[in-house]
Amino acid sequence: MTALLEVESLVKHFVAERSLFGRALAHVKAVDGVSFSLEAGKTLALVGESGCGKSTVSRLVLRLIEPDAGKIRFGGRDLLSLDAGGLRAFRREAQIIFQDPYASLNPRMTVGQILTEPLVLHDLVPAARRAARVAELLRLVGLEPRLARRYPHEFSGGQRQRIAIARALAVEPKLIICDEPVSALDVSIRSQILNLLRTLQDRLGLAYIFVSHDLAVVKHIADHVAVMNLGQIVETAEADALFAAPRHPYSRALLSAIPVPKPRAKSSRIVLQGEIPSALNPPTGCRFHTRCPYVIERCRTQMPQLVPDGTGHATACHRTSELPSSAAIVPSDGGFSPVLEKLVAAFSSGPEAARSGGVSS
Amino acid sequence: MSASPLIEISDLRIRFHGDDGRVTHAVDGVDLSVANGATLGLVGESGCGKSVTSLAIMGLLPKQSAEISGAIRFDGFDLLTTPDETLRDLRGNRLAMIFQEPMTSLNPSFTIGDQIIETILRHRGGSRKSARERAIELLRRVHIPSPERRIDEYPHKLSGGMRQRVMIAMALACDPRLLIADEPTTALDVTLQAQILELMRELKAASGAAIILITHDLGVVAEVCDEVAVMYAGEIVERAPVDELFSAPQHPYTVGLLGSIPRLDHRAEQLATIEGMVPNMAQPPAGCRFAARCPFMLDACTKAPPPLVEISPGHLSRCIRAPLEPLVS
Repeated sequence: MTALLEVESLVKHFVAERSLFGRALAHVKAVDGVSFSLEAGKTLALVGESGCGKSTVSRLVLRLIEPDAGKIRFGGRDLLSLDAGGLRAFRREAQIIFQDPYASLNPRMTVGQILTEPLVLHDLVPAARRAARVAELLRLVGLEPRLARRYPHEFSGGQRQRIAIARALAVEPKLIICDEPVSALDVSIRSQILNLLRTLQDRLGLAYIFVSHDLAVVKHIADHVAVMNLGQIVETAEADALFAAPRHPYSRALLSAIPVPKPRAKSSRIVLQGEIPSALNPPTGCRFHTRCPYVIERCRTQMPQLVPDGTGHATACHRTSELPSSAAIVPSDGGFSPVLEKLVAAFSSGPEAARSGGVSS
Repeated sequence: MSASPLIEISDLRIRFHGDDGRVTHAVDGVDLSVANGATLGLVGESGCGKSVTSLAIMGLLPKQSAEISGAIRFDGFDLLTTPDETLRDLRGNRLAMIFQEPMTSLNPSFTIGDQIIETILRHRGGSRKSARERAIELLRRVHIPSPERRIDEYPHKLSGGMRQRVMIAMALACDPRLLIADEPTTALDVTLQAQILELMRELKAASGAAIILITHDLGVVAEVCDEVAVMYAGEIVERAPVDELFSAPQHPYTVGLLGSIPRLDHRAEQLATIEGMVPNMAQPPAGCRFAARCPFMLDACTKAPPPLVEISPGHLSRCIRAPLEPLVS
């Protein structure tokens, strides 16, 4: 199967400081040689700490910002050679939703206008059918069509995120980039949006690039995960394989730190010492070596390459084969008791489903 | 646990009077107590009243718009009737608080040293030199590298995790008896979160202070709390020792919350969701406030407000259908 999206050796350096005459003095190496691919209908999660470059990658993929080097192919086409018209057509196929649904909807437009705009811009639906399409989009994301007349401020955070998703869906994209889509939402609302994203993927065959720092959410939603540190991918694998046994010392630390909802959970947490180095002046050699518990001399001077093992699991670490087993590193929440499992199930199959989405006025 | 609690909140009610004449019942009859050296988790979603409760303890609610009744007994004082001057002596001294966003709670135009030293001098007196030494010691305790140098830096020079550690150092400056932490790790990455949680555990063990941890993250609660109070729409709906809350929750809202977290061990296709919306707190419903969203609702639930009853020793639930186990077996 050919990939929907292929990214090769992507580089983006931002100028952090300029001299009096505009000459660049310092660069933030936000993305420094990132490669991955994504199949249609699948979810790739980009994870890592703040500043690791995961959001920059997602914007580069959409050409919201221009890369300094590298290749991006979408459906076989070279994205970086597209002219304005081509780029515009590409925007029909790839969309993005953001963390803050408050900031991403125009407060002066009604929901109906917000959803009609992409239909008009891309000339997708004849004027007479637009209202019907808006109603259809709202139903798709679990909102009632009558809400089209309302303004964004009349909705809760979860509902606004649904509207943002509906707007992304308006152009019938193949790829949606979800940049921390549930981080600003309450726990119970978060699960609604995650369920919605999953349902839409199944129904519409969407591919997602899911950017998140919440690893339990990533485990839930992703097929494939790429762990990023300071502008580079340090490990990439099937989600199940990664969570079963992370290999890179950074992935180990990250996954071992997930707080699980189980008191006294057995934990072999690796608490990283030291600060995250600055992307302005990343460490030489392996960029993780300043915080790595397994560092050896070679790590300080020689940058490790991302080496695949043949099963789709690739790691960028000189010591991959020598490290201790990581089988018990990801904390276990042990699951619920059978009774609690049944109680929880009552929520999923509750009779109140029809009541969702309403706005109290 | 000692017999008399360090802090005891009884029948706390907080109403906000809006400019438009609307009255919002933010907190409605909350009873809570925390023993010396214990950590209480206060859990709930946006708007449930958890942060407002903590601000009431600290005496930080605006007097002109917030109407507060009930009692908050702490260390021989009723904090709600304590004069402002005394309250200022308590705050930062025996009572301390850390907030979610360390950047907005540090003054950007003073060095972190100045800010910690100010607290020490205000409450403990002594010379500036000894206060500075104590500040360096505090920064070392929260694992800030080279504290002798860092103490003269401004907040903007520090990373998020480092700032949060400075906030903790400042909160600990006068060995508080009670530390309130409002979402202390929410703005941080998991690796930093792990560091801060580790630090809070360490400090609790060393100082014996009581902690009220306000969070919406049940994972964090499971890790650091001894007891948990779950709030919904201004009320405590469940209170239990941490083990029991996670193994046998007795309020449907708690069950819904637990079901909505993605779990690491178990890949569910769909997560549990709590349908519907939080009630409008200008006119709270007559019966159970969760009834409209509850899969176990009966007619009786909407008639009268359910009392908080003890289901088993130390485990309280505000649900007339509790214990819940028989409902599904």
